[in-house]
Amino acid sequence: MQVAMVSGSLIWHLLLGRFVWADLPIVKAWQDPTFSNIIAGGAAGIAAGGALAGFLLITYLRKWRYLWTQWFTSLDHKRIGIIYICLALVMMTRGLIEAVLMRVQQDLAVNAPGILAPDHFAQFFSTHGTIMIFFVVMPLIAGLINFVMPLQIGARDVAFPLLNSISLWLSVGGAGLVMVSLVIGEFSTGGWSGYPPYTELAFNGGVGPDYWIWAVTMSSMSATLTGINFAVTIYKMRAPGMHWMRMPLFTWTALCTSILMIYAMPPLTVATLLLAADRYFGMHFFTNANGGNMMTYVDLFWLFGHPEVYILILPSFGVYSEVVSTYSGKELYSYVGLVIATMAIAVLSFTVWLHHFFTMGQSADINAFFGIATMLIGIPTGVKIYNWIWTMFMGRVRYTAPMLFSIAFMITFVIGGLSGIVLATPPLDYMMHNTLFLVAHFHNMLIPGTLFGLIAGCQYWFPKAFGFRLIEKWGRISVLFWVLGFYLAFMPLYVLGASGAPRRTVEFYDPAFRPWLLVAMCGAFLIFAGFLCLFMQVWSSVKQREALAVPVGDPWDGRTLEWSVAAPPPEYNFATIPQIGRRDAFYWRKANAGAYRPADHYRDIEIPKNSACGIVFGIAMAFACFGLVWHIWLLAAAFGLITCIAGLARSFMRDLHRILPAAEVEAEDRRWLAIAGAAAPTPRVLEHTPANEGRAICPEV
Amino acid sequence: MRIPAALRGDFITYVAGYLLALVLTGAAFAVVDFHLAVPATGFALVLGLGFLQIIVHMRCFLHISLQRSARSDLMLVLFSALIIALMVGGTLVILFNLRMRMM
Amino acid sequence: MPGSMNEPELLHAGLNLGNHPPAMRQQLECSIFGFWVFLMSDAILFALLFAVFGTAIQNTAGAPSPGSAFKISAAGRETFALLSSSFTYGMVSICLKHDASRRWVGLWLAITFCLGAWFLDGEVHDFLKMFHDGVTPQRSAALSAFFVLVGTHGLHVTAGMVWILLMGAQMAVYGIDERVKINFIRLGLFWHFLDLVWVAIFSVVYLRGLLG
Repeated sequence: MQVAMVSGSLIWHLLLGRFVWADLPIVKAWQDPTFSNIIAGGAAGIAAGGALAGFLLITYLRKWRYLWTQWFTSLDHKRIGIIYICLALVMMTRGLIEAVLMRVQQDLAVNAPGILAPDHFAQFFSTHGTIMIFFVVMPLIAGLINFVMPLQIGARDVAFPLLNSISLWLSVGGAGLVMVSLVIGEFSTGGWSGYPPYTELAFNGGVGPDYWIWAVTMSSMSATLTGINFAVTIYKMRAPGMHWMRMPLFTWTALCTSILMIYAMPPLTVATLLLAADRYFGMHFFTNANGGNMMTYVDLFWLFGHPEVYILILPSFGVYSEVVSTYSGKELYSYVGLVIATMAIAVLSFTVWLHHFFTMGQSADINAFFGIATMLIGIPTGVKIYNWIWTMFMGRVRYTAPMLFSIAFMITFVIGGLSGIVLATPPLDYMMHNTLFLVAHFHNMLIPGTLFGLIAGCQYWFPKAFGFRLIEKWGRISVLFWVLGFYLAFMPLYVLGASGAPRRTVEFYDPAFRPWLLVAMCGAFLIFAGFLCLFMQVWSSVKQREALAVPVGDPWDGRTLEWSVAAPPPEYNFATIPQIGRRDAFYWRKANAGAYRPADHYRDIEIPKNSACGIVFGIAMAFACFGLVWHIWLLAAAFGLITCIAGLARSFMRDLHRILPAAEVEAEDRRWLAIAGAAAPTPRVLEHTPANEGRAICPEV
Repeated sequence: MRIPAALRGDFITYVAGYLLALVLTGAAFAVVDFHLAVPATGFALVLGLGFLQIIVHMRCFLHISLQRSARSDLMLVLFSALIIALMVGGTLVILFNLRMRMM
Repeated sequence: MPGSMNEPELLHAGLNLGNHPPAMRQQLECSIFGFWVFLMSDAILFALLFAVFGTAIQNTAGAPSPGSAFKISAAGRETFALLSSSFTYGMVSICLKHDASRRWVGLWLAITFCLGAWFLDGEVHDFLKMFHDGVTPQRSAALSAFFVLVGTHGLHVTAGMVWILLMGAQMAVYGIDERVKINFIRLGLFWHFLDLVWVAIFSVVYLRGLLG
């Protein structure tokens, strides 16, 4: 009997690791039906149910083959970019719901327990931060740069298409781990930064920190590989004649972002893997005992964390440059200034990381050095703001949704920058560190800065990607909700933080906080409404896509190369690689009647064949990490091996390309040129009417 | 057998690199094994010899040079060295400062 | 940079670019430059492990310091093995660049593999001896830092050895075609880079530890 029990438990451990039934939130809600547990059980049900519903829907519509051959195994940067953005939107739904629930909790929990238990609330702020940074903004950035940058530099694809696919599926796998933590087990309660010794075995021996470690590690591997890919593409694959100072600003910011990714991700990898060494092998890097030092972790994490926030903001700065220039009908004011400012921000971002832990006991001299360095970074950012304002000045501004987001950015982001200068002053930071003031500051940078830019970028380039415009009305309503919602949700937090309200707090005790928290909660609901408006915008635009079609590909009278191809672009981007003679070459070609001409000579084009290597690699690694989380060593080893084999097998394959014959390229090009020739050039005033077929009248230069 | 100049040149580069590396390694080990200096100076010598050997490796084995064709590789290595100096130097300064203030 | 295409032999040892079409050259440039960039990210990783080692080395928590278990002769042997393997891989590169037969390439590759194995054998032997004496990474931060720094390097060397075996297999199956050549160059960069990191390791970890 005893042998049977022991061997039974042995088999359980072999197959299921340290899993027990109570690790399922649904079971836990059944066993202990507190409000908090019911919310957790409900969330698990929605996540599992949603995934199942998705699978069933695709099966019912018989779209698996289509999805597999056209999307999942595609190495085309445009497809990979779109999948990244879809991933981001799905994860953002969860991240925003968590944000709203946290705001509700804090509003209700003034001298009352609220609806969420403390540990549950801790999971909320941990998943919210982790999801928003690693699985919303990073995929949005990777997706947008993936789609746009090769088109902007006149390349057919990125330098390493297969690596691109691997990066994508690593990101999807990491996001999958975070979603699975909703259904099986629990997530970390240590915040998105995961500080030890709290996240060490002594305080949190469960699965939470492990989910966090492996999800973040997968995301950071994805980002490192993406950074390498983009940097080499921009370095080596620009069209002939596209010298450095002729590149569009979005490409410049993409380059600096990539450089930051390459150099900033390794510190995160070191931090998380050393934490894993502590948790899995009993080592003592960051433990309380045996010589561990938690400040080493803090230092490593912020060596990553500070460049990371510049990774998050620089692509948006690039979007603003493009959007403001196009919708003001003017070339950018001080292109050179903007480029130098971008590079300065990128390099300086490696010199300020200590400002995230001013209060941790360093001498005043060290704090002062980093405080001054932090304030210096504000200067190039200010230069950029001025340059955008001067670009708009004396331009003929069109107040489209992306432009409205940009204007809202310019005003609101500066407020956040000012609060950053407050925080950059060590004595003031001692008052404000880890209060809601800090939370207000970084959301002030991330929402009006990063998110508005990425949303604007998606709206701006949507017609290029899908061949039809988005309905402006919903876009403008969305801007209204986002801006109003942001101000209502976060300005009160400045007041609260300055009054002493700490961050990551499940309950407050000062009744004076109540009105501010109420306003903040209303703001959160408005933001969610703004987010839903974006879906409405896409949905209603899809329904009317014939009327909104812009097949010629230049709906906004753009200046840069991506507008010179069809919408959607052909698989190979350019029928012939263009020769670039100057900055904004396409705009000048339009002005001099040199656009929409057939090429003299068409060539065969080599296109990478689809490959399952990327998706197998990413999903297998996610399964391996799942095994590591639950201590199912067989699972981890088996899927780790599959991951390696997927990568290695590729190096033995030889037949990796297919040839598109020149005749076919020429035929497709001429078809598009015929549409362009038949299309009526639309002046800018008519660009939001069905008359816009994607061919612009270039105003007198 | 006539050995072409390019082959001879390549071979000599590798042999020179190998011999230089051996000498620099030997010198570093000698400083420690024969107690040629007090520990602080000894460590400084070892670091200096190591740094020189890294340059030998870069030049002879990894073909980093000042030629135009290797320029982007050189820029990459120099920029990485800058970032490493900032990260490692900053970490050591900060953590030693914290240790000192904890004592 | 594109302008240097008229000096093919000087571009990268181990590769004769003279007889490749321009589109292939771009792919080669991208592959090699991309691998360099990857090596730089790996360099940052190692640099930070060194930084962690530097800050943790004094945190011995009553356990023996890593340096107390070092033997200079073992460190010397391992250094000699790895450095020599770097030289022999250089010979592989020269054979590839000057179109030597597969046999020569295979020979130098095999010697490199043996020297790498000698290195790893020494290191594994040292680690096992330390474990046997109770000097384990679980005893102190200093020991954790030592084992992870040197162990990470050792894992990289192991990966390099697996890669050498794979290159042997690829050469046997496909001969020395374009992709095999690119892979050989990248393996070369990787292998030399590992020896470079070892120079830092024996300087900062072993010799420093032996200096006391």
